[in-house]
Amino acid sequence: MSGSKDYDDIPGTYVYDSRRGRQGYALNMFCMSLNKAENRAQFKADPGAFLDRFKLTPEQRRAVLERDWLGMLKVGGNIYYTIKIAFCDGLTFQDVAGMMSGVSKETYVNMMLAGGRSPEGNMYGPTACNPPAPEEDA
Amino acid sequence: MARIVAGIACSHVPAIGVAMDKGTTETAYWRPLFAGYEPARDWLAKLKPDVAIVVYNDHASALSLEIIPTFLIGVAAEFPIADEGFGPRPVPIVEGQPELAWHLAESLILDEFDMTIANEMPVDHGLTVPLSITCGQTDRWPFPVIPICVNVVQYPPPTGARCYKLGQAIRRAVESFDQDLRVVIYGTGGMSHQLQGERAGLINRRFDTAFLDGLTGDPVALSKIPHTDYMREAGSEGVELVMWHVMRGALNDEAREVYRHYHVPASNTAAALMILDNEGTA
Repeated sequence: MSGSKDYDDIPGTYVYDSRRGRQGYALNMFCMSLNKAENRAQFKADPGAFLDRFKLTPEQRRAVLERDWLGMLKVGGNIYYTIKIAFCDGLTFQDVAGMMSGVSKETYVNMMLAGGRSPEGNMYGPTACNPPAPEEDA
Repeated sequence: MARIVAGIACSHVPAIGVAMDKGTTETAYWRPLFAGYEPARDWLAKLKPDVAIVVYNDHASALSLEIIPTFLIGVAAEFPIADEGFGPRPVPIVEGQPELAWHLAESLILDEFDMTIANEMPVDHGLTVPLSITCGQTDRWPFPVIPICVNVVQYPPPTGARCYKLGQAIRRAVESFDQDLRVVIYGTGGMSHQLQGERAGLINRRFDTAFLDGLTGDPVALSKIPHTDYMREAGSEGVELVMWHVMRGALNDEAREVYRHYHVPASNTAAALMILDNEGTA
């Protein structure tokens, strides 16, 4: 029943379906808790202790503590939820989108000002999403 | 009887609300977007609707993954502003219209749309940003609001065709209400955007233009776009466009486009605003 889906070949995209829903529930419910100011304060003060309240896997915990935004999606994070961690950090959607797509904020913002990421070459296959070219690692 | 006088399609990008709340709408980045909202505000101010039905999605604010209603209607007398993780937006509380909302809930359920009913619910940017866009900054929203939430956070959302039929049922319900109310209906979310993954930032102007044209050209055909096509061509969060079909289904076949504004970018998103006049058409 779960099997492969006709959207699995959309590159660079993590559809929050039943497979990810089963994987990511605890992670996303942790993010949901950040809607409360007192929880945000506690998470900021002692991230590890706050995360102990939720049944995260070690990889989910690592991804949260290291702010590995793409890694969170790979272990069941839902962007509508994980973005709440970014809000807690004072980051915006554009900051996180740049990090997930592997470019600097400036590069990402300029891409959006130029009309966004083109659908050309980015609709099929696992390895597209190229423009703009990722910056060289330092 | 009550009747639906207009439909409004409106993107609900959170950064648009932030720009209004922080007073940055006149910057070079935001001015072109906000300039395009002004004619729509004028049009709506002249229309003076008695009540608005706002079709939107909650973004993990009132609703979490604990319970995921596909369609939900808010019947409260008022809806507080949600804290989405950065404090509530500094906008007025949203007043409801319980009498019409309960009538809609009963009519829709008996018309075979199994609505979840919410007696208490905070509302987030999905609802308040379209109100801010179309009403401007205010101490009190100019009309009461009936929120209708559609799940687009846990795949799959309801199909576009189902959303269109819900819109048709909303129209039947409105027209069976015995008070003489003029109702405007909002379909919110979209247009093309992807917030997640390596492909974040996808924008598809050609898709969006065809979609906007299709709202008057052939809305029934438009409502049949499969989810995978939205996600592939308009970005994973572009599937929010299913909510526009609820609005369109509530209007006459011959509803007229009277205003269109389309701008890239609003943060990560292609933002659009369209007004469809439903008066004097059949």
